[in-house]
Amino acid sequence: MRKWESIRDKAIPVLFIILVILIWQLIVDSGIIARYILPSPWDVITVCIAILPEITVHIYTTLQEALTGLLIAITLSVLLAILMDNFTVVKKALQPLLVVSQTIPIMVLAPLFVMWFGFGMLPKVMVVILVCFFPIVVSLLEGLGSLDKDLLNLMKSMKANRWQIFYLAKFPASLGSFFSGLKIAATYSIIGAVIGEWMGGKAGLGVYMTRVRQSFALDKVFASILVIIILSMLLFKLIELIQLLAMPWKRAIK
Amino acid sequence: MLRLLLRMIFCQERRISIKLKAEHLKQKYEGMPIIDDISFYLNKNEFVTLIGPSGCGKSTIFNIIAGIVPLDEGKVFIDGKDYTGEQGHVSYMYQKDLLLPWKRVIDNTALPLIIKGEKVGEARKKVTPYLELFGLQGFEYKYPFQLSGGMRQRAALLRTYMFSRDIVLLDEPFGGLDAITRAKMQTWLLQVIEKIKPSVLFITHDIEEAVYLSDRIYVLSARPAKIKEEVQISLPRPREREIVISAQFNRIKKHILSNLS
Ligand SMILES: Nc1ncnc2c1ncn2[C@@H]1O[C@H](COP(=O)(O)OP(=O)(O)OP(=O)(O)O)[C@@H](O)[C@H]1O
Ligand SMILES: [Mg+2]
Repeated sequence: MRKWESIRDKAIPVLFIILVILIWQLIVDSGIIARYILPSPWDVITVCIAILPEITVHIYTTLQEALTGLLIAITLSVLLAILMDNFTVVKKALQPLLVVSQTIPIMVLAPLFVMWFGFGMLPKVMVVILVCFFPIVVSLLEGLGSLDKDLLNLMKSMKANRWQIFYLAKFPASLGSFFSGLKIAATYSIIGAVIGEWMGGKAGLGVYMTRVRQSFALDKVFASILVIIILSMLLFKLIELIQLLAMPWKRAIK
Repeated sequence: MLRLLLRMIFCQERRISIKLKAEHLKQKYEGMPIIDDISFYLNKNEFVTLIGPSGCGKSTIFNIIAGIVPLDEGKVFIDGKDYTGEQGHVSYMYQKDLLLPWKRVIDNTALPLIIKGEKVGEARKKVTPYLELFGLQGFEYKYPFQLSGGMRQRAALLRTYMFSRDIVLLDEPFGGLDAITRAKMQTWLLQVIEKIKPSVLFITHDIEEAVYLSDRIYVLSARPAKIKEEVQISLPRPREREIVISAQFNRIKKHILSNLS
């Protein structure tokens, strides 16, 4: 019974997406919308496969920027969250600043980064860091604060010091929340890199998109979007896999 | 002659030395008195129970002894020394099992040793001989969520015992268990106590549990908690389960019941 339900729960979204794609295909095929305005799903897929050899270098560049930025963002935000959790002064001082940093539109900052840091990898990585940073810090902070108060007292009654309380209890207790933030950050990271690339550069999916858009090759624009979606989802799944490995106690008994 | 007498007194003194003594504990929360001048003591190798109605302040008394909650008035002596408000001198098991979900049973039970600075391998080695006594053999590499309620309690008990085998505070350790498991755990606890002879301060609001396990019982009033009566339980040890239906057992039960209500 439960198995059937889980199959059903997974099938519903898949069927819905297939339905939407089918309708889209039919609309374009029937000529209601012209092909050069909206390519059909099938066109997008064939173009995508066709251009794959020529865009692998762009995929590689974007992935490199996204992953570099993501790793730096993780390092920085873990350090910052730990500081904020341990020192109320730091928390009080930085919390408003963090929120403000998220209200500045990336589309405004990205050109500034290009002016400051040139057309190399650096400005793209900066954009990625900026978009990934916030969800990780917020979720990790929430997780660190989520430790059961009695458990905290128990650790104290066993004379655990601050560091022991942190790595034996607080940090493991925060992992679930941390990974939720990390998954969001991972999906943002690809888009962040692409936005950075729109402002100029030698390679990357964003650069490629700008080029094909300027030559009105809409099917190639859509193909790049497809690639971006796939990359983001793969990264999401990768984080999910890491989470499963890092939190064996969360795996249900099979 | 005098020497012999002195030695006898000395030995006597040693045999029933007081492990823990609480004097005139008073505690208020937001102006409301919770604990009203409570004094009690615990002898070496003795099993003493605090019994009282729900919400009367039993857990608060334990929190005070464990040094987690600062108290308004009173003193806590351990082995004759004033340890009021100090942590780390007693082993404390909470009402909840509070096992770390992310640690395997063996590491959960070894936690106090790891906190004391021992290496994981060493700590595990020290815990291993006790796993059988605590009914955890074969489950040492399982996570807490894979255990039954009774097993989780036993794991929490072993962890408590690994911190210190001296003074053990147990706050309703079997409160969340079903009646059958609970009865089994009580009998099991009696056996363990026969073997390792700790000094135990126990909390419950189950009269039968209190009489079955204890050497002495303090009956507490409803909030603010005061000590209504001290009852010596002179049932012989080791105790068999059948003792709970004996006439003497029921007399004590009845006496406490009339006092509680
Ligand atoms: N931190 C706190 N702040 C304010 N009131 C509290 C606090 N902790 C406990 N109390 C109150 O003190 C009283 C005694 O609480 P305590 O947990 O010691 O009772 P208890 O006898 O252990 O109850 P139970 O049998 O339900 O475990 C309760 O009325 C509770 O509401
Ligand atoms: Mg309580």
